[in-house]
Amino acid sequence: MEDISREQSDNPSLLQMRGIVKQFPGVRALDGVDLDVRAGEVHCLLGQNGAGKSTLIKVLAGAHQPDSGEVLLNGEAVRLANPTAAMRQGIATIYQELDLVDGLSVAENIFLGHEQAVWGFTKRGEMFAATRKLLARLGHGEIRPQTEVGRLSPAGKQVVSMARALSHEARLIVMDEPSAALAHDEVSNLFRIIRELTSQGVAVVYISHRLEEIREIGDRVTVLKDGRTVAVGLPARTTPTATVVSLMTGRNVEYVFPPRPTGEFGEEVLRVENLTVPGVVSGVSFTVRAGEIVGLAGLVGSGRSEIMEAVYGARRASGKVTLNGKPVKLGNTANSVRIGMGLAPEERKAQGLLLDQSVARNITLATLGRYSRFGWLNRKQESAEADRLVKALDIRPPDPTRPIKTLSGGNQQKAVIGRWLVEGRRLLLLDEPTRGVDVGARAELYALVRRQADEGVAVLLVSSEVPEVLGLADRVLVVRDGRVVHEAPATELDEHHVLDLVMDATPSHG
Amino acid sequence: MTEVNPQKVSAPEADEQARVEAAAVAPSGSGGGGLRLGRMGEARHLGLVIALALLAVVGLITTPDTFATTSNMVSLLALAATIGVITVGMTFVIIGGGIDLSVGAIMALASVWATTLATQAYGPVVMAVCAILVGTGAGLLNGFLISYGRMVPFIATLAMLVAARGLAQRMSERKTQLVSQDNGALIELSTTRVLGLPLLVYIFAVVVAVGWLILNRTTFGRRTYAVGGNPEAARLAGIDVRRHTMLLYGLSGLCCGIAAVIIMARTTTGSSTHGDLYELDAIAAVIIGGTLLTGGRGTIIGSILGLLIFTVITNLFILNGLNTSDQLIAKGLIIVVAVLLQRRSLQTAT
Ligand SMILES: Nc1ncnc2c1ncn2[C@@H]1O[C@H](COP(=O)(O)OP(=O)(O)OP(=O)(O)O)[C@@H](O)[C@H]1O
Ligand SMILES: [Mg+2]
Repeated sequence: MEDISREQSDNPSLLQMRGIVKQFPGVRALDGVDLDVRAGEVHCLLGQNGAGKSTLIKVLAGAHQPDSGEVLLNGEAVRLANPTAAMRQGIATIYQELDLVDGLSVAENIFLGHEQAVWGFTKRGEMFAATRKLLARLGHGEIRPQTEVGRLSPAGKQVVSMARALSHEARLIVMDEPSAALAHDEVSNLFRIIRELTSQGVAVVYISHRLEEIREIGDRVTVLKDGRTVAVGLPARTTPTATVVSLMTGRNVEYVFPPRPTGEFGEEVLRVENLTVPGVVSGVSFTVRAGEIVGLAGLVGSGRSEIMEAVYGARRASGKVTLNGKPVKLGNTANSVRIGMGLAPEERKAQGLLLDQSVARNITLATLGRYSRFGWLNRKQESAEADRLVKALDIRPPDPTRPIKTLSGGNQQKAVIGRWLVEGRRLLLLDEPTRGVDVGARAELYALVRRQADEGVAVLLVSSEVPEVLGLADRVLVVRDGRVVHEAPATELDEHHVLDLVMDATPSHG
Repeated sequence: MTEVNPQKVSAPEADEQARVEAAAVAPSGSGGGGLRLGRMGEARHLGLVIALALLAVVGLITTPDTFATTSNMVSLLALAATIGVITVGMTFVIIGGGIDLSVGAIMALASVWATTLATQAYGPVVMAVCAILVGTGAGLLNGFLISYGRMVPFIATLAMLVAARGLAQRMSERKTQLVSQDNGALIELSTTRVLGLPLLVYIFAVVVAVGWLILNRTTFGRRTYAVGGNPEAARLAGIDVRRHTMLLYGLSGLCCGIAAVIIMARTTTGSSTHGDLYELDAIAAVIIGGTLLTGGRGTIIGSILGLLIFTVITNLFILNGLNTSDQLIAKGLIIVVAVLLQRRSLQTAT
């Protein structure tokens, strides 16, 4: 810490936040936070789910007004009364939850609010050209400026919101978990861009729960815990992971996967034959047995999520799916749930949550039948089950009656998974289950999933994080261009091998 | 909270808000974030109750001899009962993310169908059943077009509005059909009083109570919020969104059928002109009651309070002998004020 004050004289801070306090009803999200960011550095913000990271950057983006504390840019106090004011100060933000307008085109989204226009008519040609340039710079020249954003995959949307941040002449870019939706090669792409930006003197505030990323891209680290700064300016590369984790969590968490069962798996639960989704998945066949966790490894866009959605009936597909020996009617999610499937979707806000409703109602939504008789709800039973799951998943704050939109991203994610951790499920389809979940909570989530499997549930898992697939799954299917190209027990694969298989024959970006 | 800044809303909405602000377009339509829904709901209802009380005071001051009389109160409630029953169905539809413009027309059609000579021959019970079946059938047809025909609710129900009125005119040959002497039992719903109130007010009360129970205590109600709040999430949680949507419009039609029974009892007629513009009153009541047109949020109690406010205003204008144009202007203003006040209360509550 003392070397920071020394350095400060020759490399003055671009941004200083001092004593920021933000109180929400019933929660003090920020309780005197300090942050100090220098020009040209990648400053990482770490903290558990609910520590206050997103709240802090929303203050910085002008989306929240702090109750007290001050923000200095180049040593001058500024008031960020609203997002436009923040943008005018050169602060661009990529929010944790995607915030694009689905009905508008890629170009329109990128230039939303700062359209290039003459007499109110947008200069489409110029905007398209600029968009193409931005996307190419991000290594995604294949996304067309006129495509409707709603048609893009979550990763594609992430790229667009990144392009939007770049479209401002920003001197500070804040990224709230930008990598959560990205696959391995896209993360390297992101890092390349970040390095480009910082070499031009732009400062980046980077939030992620993947500690290895922090080590790779970060310069200094600030750690938040329960709305307070517990460490500032730690060197990102040399601080031991254990130190960072114990600062974040206040305890020693081991980033471990639960042990695999020793015995044989049970009978075959899911059999998929020749599953085809026009244009994305072609002729995929595989099985999952009771108690087994099967991981699908593949790039974003390889068809892994589509396989899951097709099995679940959420997407038009042809082929044969049988559950416990009985053929499944494709294309009907209500039926799939009735016969014991459950899908935790990839994009929690768009596909998973009822934002206006309480945590409890979000958790019990899919299995209301369990707490009702002839359609009449047994609310005692329902809230008991919600309580149980909130505790089991360590959702914070542990109050099932809170509107779920007031929870932090990671805690919302836990609720999406929790929805299915009830009795009576035979097959769980988990698409990026740990997206945005912190290190400590991850271990607990893995344990919960494994416990489900041990109780005889078949699990199909998609994750962009190869170590997660290798660590949690029993068997791994590598998906590329809509086909299963390799299949092996997880113990026989290593990360490099999987990455090679996943990438092979895929045109590399940038 | 001392902040008065308009973007003081909850976190995920702040994201949207940020985008919207950045876009410098009109403020986010979803308004503020409903923190502490329960308590805020109560606060919102309290506001409506106060507004209602104020209107009553106005009535007592401006027309002291007529407003507080039993007969005025009874006629007020009888009027509220008809639109009120429709409002209950409308609340379901709007919470479920839709809109039903055809309610008044469906009620008119049901009243005409039930009062044709052919139907009247079977007696009052069959007439009531007929009205209810016609209403439900028309509602289900709305629902079918919207869910399975993938039509926009606004358009499908607009088409139904026009067509149902047309059919009603055809069936009645644009004449008002009287409920015959033999079927006087139907009219007794409006003339027989229990504890000073006509039976039809009790029908209204029962519909409200049942509606409330369905919305708050059953899986159907829970799913209605889900379907309106986030249809994609609802579908992925295994809710049959299409079927549910269809049932919602069926429910609205059912309410129109019951309303037709009430209006036949009140006016002793079936007519293609019944229920003109009821859809606007019902939608307005729902909005004043705090239900968002975007779906996923709202209460029955709020809608009913909204409706009572509207009915009392109508009543005051009539008692004071003011003309109906002014009455419409006043109603328009009330809607605007109510929505603005709700915005404010949502924002300051954060
Ligand atoms: N609008 C709101 N109303 C009430 N409480 C809120 C609101 N927004 C955030 N909170 C609370 O503030 C705390 C900090 O949330 P925040 O979103 O900043 O966490 P985070 O560090 O970004 O977590 P994650 O890693 O899960 O994204 C949480 O306890 C959350 O429940
Ligand atoms: Mg966050």
